[in-house]
Amino acid sequence: MKVSYFPGCTLKNKAKALDEYARRSAEALGVTLEEIENWQCCGGVFTTARDEVATKLSSVRILKAAQEKEQPLVTVCSACHNVVKQTNHAMQTDREFADKVNRYMAEEAPYNGETEIYHYLELLRDVIGFDALKEKVVNPLKGKKIAAYYGCLLLRPSGVMKMDDPENPSIIEDLIRALGAEPVIYANRNECCGGYILAESPALAKKNSNAVVENAKAAGAEMIITACPLCRYNLVKNGADIPVVYFTELLAEALGVKEDTNE
Amino acid sequence: MQRIGVFVCWCGSNIAGTVDVKAVAEALKSEPGVVFSTDYQYMCSQAGQDLIKNAVKEHGLTGIVVCSCSPRMHEATFRKTAAAAGLNPYMVEIANIREQCSWVHKEMPIGTEKAIILGKAAVAKVHLNAPLTPGESPVTKRALVIGGGIAGIQTALDIADAGFEVDIVEKKPTIGGKMAQLDKTFPTLDCAACILTPKMVDVAQNEKVRIFSYSEVTEVKGFVGNFDVTIKKNARYVKEEICTGCGACVDKCPMKKVPNEFNLGMDNRRAIYIPFAQAVPKVATIDPNACNMLKNGKCGLCAKVCTAGAIDYTQKDEYIEEKYGAIVVATGFNPISMDQFDEFAYNQSKDVITSLEFERLTNAAGPTAGKLLRPSDGKHPHKIVFVQCVGSRCAACAEKGKEYCSKICCMYTAKHAMLTRDKYPDTEVYVFYIDVRTPGKNFDEFYRRAVEEYGVRYIKGMVGKIVPEGDKLKVQASDLLSNKQLHIDADLVVLAAAIEPDKSARPLATMLTASMDTNDFFTEAHPKLRPVESPTAGVFLSGACQGPKDIPETVSQAGAAASKVIGLLAKDKLTGNPCVAYSDEMMCNGCSSCEKVCPYGAITYEEKEFRMPDRSTAIRRVAVVNPAVCQGCGCCTVTCPSGAMDLRGFMNSQIMAEVDAICK
Repeated sequence: MKVSYFPGCTLKNKAKALDEYARRSAEALGVTLEEIENWQCCGGVFTTARDEVATKLSSVRILKAAQEKEQPLVTVCSACHNVVKQTNHAMQTDREFADKVNRYMAEEAPYNGETEIYHYLELLRDVIGFDALKEKVVNPLKGKKIAAYYGCLLLRPSGVMKMDDPENPSIIEDLIRALGAEPVIYANRNECCGGYILAESPALAKKNSNAVVENAKAAGAEMIITACPLCRYNLVKNGADIPVVYFTELLAEALGVKEDTNE
Repeated sequence: MQRIGVFVCWCGSNIAGTVDVKAVAEALKSEPGVVFSTDYQYMCSQAGQDLIKNAVKEHGLTGIVVCSCSPRMHEATFRKTAAAAGLNPYMVEIANIREQCSWVHKEMPIGTEKAIILGKAAVAKVHLNAPLTPGESPVTKRALVIGGGIAGIQTALDIADAGFEVDIVEKKPTIGGKMAQLDKTFPTLDCAACILTPKMVDVAQNEKVRIFSYSEVTEVKGFVGNFDVTIKKNARYVKEEICTGCGACVDKCPMKKVPNEFNLGMDNRRAIYIPFAQAVPKVATIDPNACNMLKNGKCGLCAKVCTAGAIDYTQKDEYIEEKYGAIVVATGFNPISMDQFDEFAYNQSKDVITSLEFERLTNAAGPTAGKLLRPSDGKHPHKIVFVQCVGSRCAACAEKGKEYCSKICCMYTAKHAMLTRDKYPDTEVYVFYIDVRTPGKNFDEFYRRAVEEYGVRYIKGMVGKIVPEGDKLKVQASDLLSNKQLHIDADLVVLAAAIEPDKSARPLATMLTASMDTNDFFTEAHPKLRPVESPTAGVFLSGACQGPKDIPETVSQAGAAASKVIGLLAKDKLTGNPCVAYSDEMMCNGCSSCEKVCPYGAITYEEKEFRMPDRSTAIRRVAVVNPAVCQGCGCCTVTCPSGAMDLRGFMNSQIMAEVDAICK
């Protein structure tokens, strides 16, 4: 199976691991991630201003590229996924906005939100299936107590993201189980790490980050996994004393493709 | 040809103010068939009615048109007048020239023109009116009450008190409902059991009342006055009439780890159990999912210790068929599940509980014998946070919560907070609220007492997150009045969960063809004027099945429902409404369209033998309307694709004649 893939800027520098392990794991699971050509930044933040078109154009271009290849689009960074999915939703439901964007793009055929978008986690759950994934696991991570950290962007706004229950999610926990490890449920797993307030109030961001790590540790976690580069950066920088890794790294490890055999 | 009299009413200045009544009477005089036309100041007065009666006699009228107020006001009055003058009452038509004419128009010429047109339409209709005679049906003088909580108990007691037989069907092993689980009741703080259990005993001892506990209604057929109901008595594996309720079997049962529903799973019961000490009927019930003997035939201890010999492992579900004249729905409510509200960590910490669980924790017969102890470690909590409106007034989260206000939570939370401060003055108590809503007799005073005398800290704002850490619950909330974020390390958090109708209500509504709203509360026949009747004749509503209610309101409604039932059962025969649908069997093609739209279940299909034009016989499936059930709404007549359905008194031809007269 071939899908269009949008890694996003962060995955090309700070979060290379998230990207690299995602590609290797996908190959191991029989899915080829075809990187979209000449992609640009997703836009960074989805502004809710209806007349704000310019920063959303790059997301629409990504979606349109996938549509032209007649492939679903797969993203992996929480922030990119949030922006691209919200933009697609606006293109589907906000006629005025969509018309404005289409006039601006001046493409031959207009785009009206036709592309299907999967977060990499949704690809695992809904396309490959956690049961099928479980069968491909060669190094089950037995006995490891792992805390899933969702952060704020992956699940909300839930009406648009439609990934999971925003207050009681299970998608990453189910992945952890499929990989043979034991998920740790803790209250702060869907709270913000403070990333958005980092520039304005580093102290508040640190407080938020620490609350997440402390809560996960108190619940018995030995490791935290996340899909968000900004969350990982924040937790690590603010002194997390248990490993914080990308979920794709854990996936690659369980699938036995963590070490690159080509090198 | 009809001989029609037209009577135009002034209604004082109500009509005459914007309609030239004399011009209307004059204009209608020249309509075909009109032999008499006049106006009068108050046609509904005795003098006005006499005017009509005399005109009928003098002019030999066969039809009457009264141009006056809405037929909802005085149609019945003028029908009686016609009957007194020897006419069939259904030969009267009302042209409403008040509500939809004089009241809504300001200029006389426009009002007059419209009144004339409406009068012409009524005249056109009367030409096609035919005398109608209402049918009669007998009344079974016994009532069924579905649900044995305080609503059902009170309704049954009141019906029995009037001398009628009444059966209560309760799906749990005992009657008592939610009230039996409560500790104290607001605003007087008398103990719930002390005021409820005497009523439970009354109802059990009343000769007119039968209680079917551990039973469900599985089928309802028939119509008002004549319901045929099937009741399923679930096997309790104990002979109800022999069991003395001594409890010896319960003490000996080795299956000790069955979550106790009555205490909301906060402690355990045995596989054979009596829900609580004052249960009615006080007989044991075996839980077939927990009993070893029933599951794999190993044990049988209870049968050995039962001196009465009441245990019967071979008991089967039993079906009882019974006839009733009236049915009262009293299926009650439940708190909603907290699974969707994980921001409050209900599933993560034992010390986050619902208000109903709090009732059990403070109840002397509860799992802690009335001592307020944390479920996790049995320690006394020193800081308690109450969160109101959990899942209520939740328009933004309609997929998991409820848009409506659950109504009872403000008062019971004030009660919980006050009682905690009263019994444990060393405990800090916070209440987070959106609004405090305490209308009701002595209700607001009660809440003020919680704040002013007992020092309960009320904070306007919502709790956003609860994080269990160590033995504390870290509560993160906002104080909207001082615009601050609050962080409270609480020992216990109590969630005032929204309430919703019992899950059994929806299938029951289908059986009864009673309508419900989008929240599965039963709909009343009129929200103000008929609040305890369902739109389905013979079905009445009692308690929280109709909407969130506290105990005083439930009891009042229970009494009101009972009085409606008594009014029905006191009649020997019911006079039907003759304006009902009927099917022209020769035109009916048996498509079932009408059956599907009928909100009352009045239409059934029968195979009938017909003689065809070529003299052969054919068996065809045709619609048959039960006139006792039909309410004359007309849904079927507009749905019928072959035009076979028609409504007496509102026939398609009559409506078309009115439309033609208006468009002429």
